[in-house]
Amino acid sequence: MNPLTLNHYLLASGLLFSLGFAGVMLRRNIITIFMCLELMLNAANLSLVAFSRFHVGTDGLPNYNAQVLVFFIITVAAAEVAVGLAIIVALYRARQTTHVEDIQSLKF
Amino acid sequence: MSPILFWLFTALMLAFGVSVILNRDPVASALSLVASFLCLASLFVGLDAFFIGVIQILVYAGAVMVLFLFIIMLLDLKAEKRRSFNEFALVGGAAVSALFVAGLLKVLSVFPAGAQPFPALGVAKLDDVRLVGITLFTRFNLPFQTVGVLVLVASIGVIVLSRRQLK
Amino acid sequence: METNLPWIILLSPLASAVLILLFAHRSKPLSVALSLAAVFAAFVSTLLLVKAGTVVQTAATWVDLGPALHLTIGLKVDALTRVMLLVVAGIGALVHVYSTVYMAEDAGKSRFFGALSLFMFSMLGIVLADNLAMMFIFWELVGVSSFLLIGHWFTKESAAKAANKAFLTNRIGDFGLMSGILLVWAATGSVDFGGIQQNLGKLTADPSLLTLAGLCLFCGAVGKSAQVPLHVWLPDAMEGPTPVSALIHAATMVAAGVYMLARIFFILEPSPVALAVIAGIGATTAVLAALMATQQDDIKRILAYSTLSQLGLMVAGVGVGAWGASMFHLFTHAFFKALLFLGSGAVIHALHHEQDIWKMGGLRKTMPKTFLTFAIGTLALTGAPYLAGFFSKDAILLAAWHKNMLVFGAALFTSLLTAFYMTRLVVVAFLGEARTPAAKHGHDCPAAMTVPLLILAVLSVIAGYEFFAGSIFGAELFHSVHAAEHVNLVPMLAVGVFLLGTGAAWALYAGRVKDPVRIPLFGNRFYIDEMYAALIAGTQDLLASFSGWFDHFILDGVLVRGLSGLTWGVGYTLRLLQIGNLQGYAFLFGAGVVALFYLLIK
Repeated sequence: MNPLTLNHYLLASGLLFSLGFAGVMLRRNIITIFMCLELMLNAANLSLVAFSRFHVGTDGLPNYNAQVLVFFIITVAAAEVAVGLAIIVALYRARQTTHVEDIQSLKF
Repeated sequence: MSPILFWLFTALMLAFGVSVILNRDPVASALSLVASFLCLASLFVGLDAFFIGVIQILVYAGAVMVLFLFIIMLLDLKAEKRRSFNEFALVGGAAVSALFVAGLLKVLSVFPAGAQPFPALGVAKLDDVRLVGITLFTRFNLPFQTVGVLVLVASIGVIVLSRRQLK
Repeated sequence: METNLPWIILLSPLASAVLILLFAHRSKPLSVALSLAAVFAAFVSTLLLVKAGTVVQTAATWVDLGPALHLTIGLKVDALTRVMLLVVAGIGALVHVYSTVYMAEDAGKSRFFGALSLFMFSMLGIVLADNLAMMFIFWELVGVSSFLLIGHWFTKESAAKAANKAFLTNRIGDFGLMSGILLVWAATGSVDFGGIQQNLGKLTADPSLLTLAGLCLFCGAVGKSAQVPLHVWLPDAMEGPTPVSALIHAATMVAAGVYMLARIFFILEPSPVALAVIAGIGATTAVLAALMATQQDDIKRILAYSTLSQLGLMVAGVGVGAWGASMFHLFTHAFFKALLFLGSGAVIHALHHEQDIWKMGGLRKTMPKTFLTFAIGTLALTGAPYLAGFFSKDAILLAAWHKNMLVFGAALFTSLLTAFYMTRLVVVAFLGEARTPAAKHGHDCPAAMTVPLLILAVLSVIAGYEFFAGSIFGAELFHSVHAAEHVNLVPMLAVGVFLLGTGAAWALYAGRVKDPVRIPLFGNRFYIDEMYAALIAGTQDLLASFSGWFDHFILDGVLVRGLSGLTWGVGYTLRLLQIGNLQGYAFLFGAGVVALFYLLIK
């Protein structure tokens, strides 16, 4: 078996990202769409961590700047989930639906 | 990381990802998402990012997922009756995803750093949590504080949004 | 201490104005107290400064743009400044005291005193400024406070209109002043008086530029000192409360133009053309205004035209090179003209706002103190021998005699008319029998109003003598006042026209109940106001019809409709993209990102 390279990780990350995008396009339940957005975010995290590990500095350590960035992404994502779900709850109260096809007032 | 584990976890991660999309029941989707993230966390650990792997599990499996499930139960969402994908969405989503992956492959094929195998670490035992902490509290102290404010603002926002009498 | 005094003089009225307008305007007594305290602080500081007699220059940098422009906040105190400071702060203090009674019943008393403090600040700023930029700012501030005070009774339409007229007319002059300052700055690279004087050679090198700069600066004086052709605002400004007329529109603000000319005389001096124009305009104003004054019936308007005429005399004095004599006349005129205005205020106050002299009469008996002081003021103004006006007018006449016989003739004729119309005023208003019930029941006003009158009356008598004026002017400046060689004929002529004017008016008006002479041309102010109105209205109609056409067809038709149509069309096209479907947006977004991606990796 070939040794693992950075490309493997980046490809895995890209596939997960495309999967998330496809989910956003296909699903009609807004909560599931939200989950797919989380998939896309984490795909980005995967490539960041891979970059971190494959960029070993002169001190023989991975590049921790990337990991700190991942840390921030996770924090922001958690906040985003909280706000997003609150909006969904409010939306549900107002419209009694979570289907995007029922929410089409943003047009002329 | 052993290649076998990489292939295993990657395959599982993508499989659960597909399951997120294809399941009609939102609860099943949510659980598939947790499983996918657990595999992702394993990949992180395989990349010697133990701290990130742990908080990935803690935050996503522990917090975010509970939130999702809670909302699903709160809104009492049922499984979708039918799975009739919109043709436009199907074609559009597939086309954009495919084009994206194709573009990615094209880039990776000419990316010189991408072909390198795992570089060796200079230390025997990686003191990973301490190193992330030092970076976070020294170099990225201001962003760290700012993120704290962001989380606070988000909490307040959630409270405001969730009030009963939303006009 | 002495370096701080000018700042105390300048800033105490500002502090009072700010405190009154921001905090104290609800409490009338507090406002009055603040304003009085400020003006007396300024006055006492002025007295200390006069005694100290030093020339102080204090400065802090304001704008520093390298060698191109270096502005400082600086105060300059020399003999000229001291004279003006004493006039402004002294008469200001008396008018403040007088106003406490005159405005006692007024609802806007706090506002009045706040504006009065603002005026004191601005006026003292003009006097103390050591550069043209600062002077210009204070010049404008004076205009604003004058606007506020003329329009004090803004519910009265005529007062509101008069305030606007004064402000707008002054703007024309101020535009000239600003151009003049810019010209001087462009030529010499400096706006402070010391710097300009050092680099004056650069300006005098080009005589036409020098003349232009001088005349532009003079425009400011034309506006502020109400010279022909911008004189129309001053008579209307009499709509303001009488103490304001006394302080601003007789003694101080209108004199600012003359003061400014004296201050920049070193710029005007090398240009004979500019001086000739100044002398011409001054003499014209003096004669025209005096002619108008002879046919007015409103007591305040007579005094207003008299002020115009005297200001014309001062400007003409500057024009013949005798700026010292002009400042001397400004100094004495401030006292007796303030006295006359305050006296007329007392009459108006006692007669319940009756201003027509033909409805007065007999006030000699009912208001003896007012009559006495008013008569002294009249004699001083008309040039009765050995009173203040005699000496100062004599100085201007002498200078004109040596320099320009035409100006001398105009000045002499003005003196004749002055004696005539002032005697007419006194004879009709104070002598004879009361012609209306209100005039029968006139009475002297409270002490706070009569005491300032008495003080001013005393000053009107002694202000011309060397022991008083000399100590304020300082030996050097006072000497320049009397620089012209003495000619015995001149004072004799002056006394002659005084007697002639007084006698003629006495003969014509004693015992009359209505005006025996009607000269509509003079009564209607040579129809200058009407001419301006017609001219401006005609120009405006023309401009307005053109603007209307432009607005309707170009702006509305092409620009507004065209732009709105274009925007609407683009918007209509673009909104077709707004399908309202979340996944549609997601697709467009993703497709856009991928397209960008391919563009980048190509």
